[in-house]
Amino acid sequence: MDLNYTPEEQAFREEVRTFLAEKLPKDLADKMKTKSELSKEDYLRWHKILYEQGWIAPNWPKEYGGAEWNAVQRHIFEEECAFANTPRVLPFGLAMLGPVLQAFGNQEQKDYYLPRILSGEDWWCQGYSEPGAGSDLASLKTRAVREGDHYIVNGQKTWTTLGQHADWIFCLVRTDPNVKQQEGISFLLIDMKTPGITVRPIILLEGTHEVNEVFFDNVKVPVENLVGEENKGWTYAKYLLTHERTNIAGVGASKAALDSVKRMARAEMSGGRPLIENPAFAARLAEVEADLMAMETANLRIVSQAAVGHAPGIEASMLKVKGTIIRQEINDLARRAVGPYAMPFQSEAVEGDNQPIGPDYAAPQASRYFNNRKLSIFGGSNEVQRGIIAKTQIGV
Amino acid sequence: MNFELTEERQMLQDTLRRFLADRYGLETRNKIIDSEEGLSPEIWAELAELGVIGALFTEEDGGFGGKGFDITTVFEELGRAGVVEPFLDTAILGGGLIAALGSDTQKELLEEVIGGALHLAFAHGEPRSRYELNQVETTAKVSGDEIVLSGRKAVVVNAEAAGYLVVSARESGGLMDEDGISLFLVPADTAGLTMVGYPLMQGGRAAEVTLDDVKVPSSARLGEAGKAYPAIVTAAARANTALSAEILGSMETATGLTKEYLVTRQQFGRPIGTFQALAHRMSDMLIELEMARSAVINIAGRLESDTAERDRYVAATRNYLGRAGRLIAEEAIQMHGGIAMTKEYELAHFAKRIVMSDHRLGDTDWHLERFIALSAAA
Repeated sequence: MDLNYTPEEQAFREEVRTFLAEKLPKDLADKMKTKSELSKEDYLRWHKILYEQGWIAPNWPKEYGGAEWNAVQRHIFEEECAFANTPRVLPFGLAMLGPVLQAFGNQEQKDYYLPRILSGEDWWCQGYSEPGAGSDLASLKTRAVREGDHYIVNGQKTWTTLGQHADWIFCLVRTDPNVKQQEGISFLLIDMKTPGITVRPIILLEGTHEVNEVFFDNVKVPVENLVGEENKGWTYAKYLLTHERTNIAGVGASKAALDSVKRMARAEMSGGRPLIENPAFAARLAEVEADLMAMETANLRIVSQAAVGHAPGIEASMLKVKGTIIRQEINDLARRAVGPYAMPFQSEAVEGDNQPIGPDYAAPQASRYFNNRKLSIFGGSNEVQRGIIAKTQIGV
Repeated sequence: MNFELTEERQMLQDTLRRFLADRYGLETRNKIIDSEEGLSPEIWAELAELGVIGALFTEEDGGFGGKGFDITTVFEELGRAGVVEPFLDTAILGGGLIAALGSDTQKELLEEVIGGALHLAFAHGEPRSRYELNQVETTAKVSGDEIVLSGRKAVVVNAEAAGYLVVSARESGGLMDEDGISLFLVPADTAGLTMVGYPLMQGGRAAEVTLDDVKVPSSARLGEAGKAYPAIVTAAARANTALSAEILGSMETATGLTKEYLVTRQQFGRPIGTFQALAHRMSDMLIELEMARSAVINIAGRLESDTAERDRYVAATRNYLGRAGRLIAEEAIQMHGGIAMTKEYELAHFAKRIVMSDHRLGDTDWHLERFIALSAAA
């Protein structure tokens, strides 16, 4: 064992830092610090910059245009990006669909879709959850019926993240209702411009428009948009979910968030001294930092053990549960840190050129606290993850 | 001992619960939250008519209550219905301070307050004071017959609707001295008083208030010069009692919605409440709710006790409600799943009311430290 970064890894970190210092637009980093929502153009600007650098797909093999970094490199990159306040690279095309197409897509699909995912030409969203199929995803009801060289799709998807910007949606649909639930599901790629698709916004509790409902009313989808075999979609979906979870611990983001809590707690005064010296606050902060220090090594250890692009098993569930608990605790500390200035509803108050209310770092803290309650709900809720761990370990 | 509400309070509870169930549903509430004023003048007038504001004042101040259990009875119902109207600010803080310190002339305003015609705001917190009640940088300088106020007040809830602001300012002493703080009744349209208003995360509105050489007559002072601090602490104790009861009410609703969801939401072919992993957590929520109710009764029953005893209970109750409230808000969201994250489903509003109350009049940790200090002295 050696917990030190090698000279090569240190050099890589320097390279990433130099790149971020030169190429990350300052206005985007500022927006990340003070606003709770980014525009489509914001996301795409950053996507293009990474694409031109060849770093947009850290986990893709080189043959598909990826960076093919190892676990340590990906960790370093994630951490540096978080500290530099880069926009998030959306996972739907790059981290979810890409690996599925690489493993199960045919040559035409790989040749057509993968380069467009890399370049950002196609914006993908995910059509998994339905109103009646959340944790019990396999009970999904959206129907696809084969008619000649098309499928006719009817049904509804929900919680579709940033679907309002999407060009394409990858969907789980039911193609055989007469077999065991998991055996009648197919994986379909659907052009969002197809007639019969309606996108309706869902406004979240902190006022943001991040998720949507997507309705399908007799939507015609060419059969060549089927990925892999008909009725094998559940296998591909599970494969995708394990990929969704490779970065689920969010260590880099948590480290940056903790660092920002410390900076706020040094600036905030409580009873005539810096908040960071307040015993109750300092104790909470120290506990979550101790958790995070263990998590950082757990994450590197688990991700390193798995081959590049190959996801670990129940350890991924462990990373998700503990990683989200840590992140949510940090968000809780962040809202506490700003005191009464957590109360202004700033996503509205700072619209336009208005000055933020209170210190500028206070603006997004309450919104972030509420918004990140989603972390333990989506991508397989923490209850589902605990179920996976228990089933594998106890087995009864 | 007797744990029953008096007949009058029972009636008040029933009336208020019926009215709010009838008139303050999700749609109405969302409309009020999204409105420019952030409150409904009609609902305010109707609730005043029902005697809700009068219940928060003693008979000698023109009301018919004003005791701890009157406050908790009203605010528990307001919390259950997720009411965003500023009863805390107009009646308990603003009105309470006028009742405690005001001259007979100043107290004439209370009739308007109780009748629902006048709003008030307590402009006390400052950009750097956080939750410290004794930290006042705003200055008051006597200049002949006038007093000149200068400084900044932070997150003044209900400032825009208020006809008068109760402004704290320092007439003598250092930054953290309890002695030297005075209160002034300042008409909102006084020259030199400006504000920047904004909506709050939990509904309602607040403002950053700037006092730039605001001149008021010396008759605007509430009570004796430099001696307002004990009244401020009492107002905060009453407000913390109200806030605790309000959090309790919101916790009841959040727990009720979750219980209902566990029974109706089907996954894996059965109601999700049949999964023990969720059922036990629901039980924990119900246990916490029962304890929180008792903590609120504790504070209500001691509000008229001597200040050391009273404040120890205030700190303990707010600390307990802070912890139990966070647990219930977060567990209610988690057990619902995505639906709880949406504005269209009403749980979100209650979760926000509960969690954001941790940013008013001291948070969970602040009250813990105060409880430690007061208990060490007891």
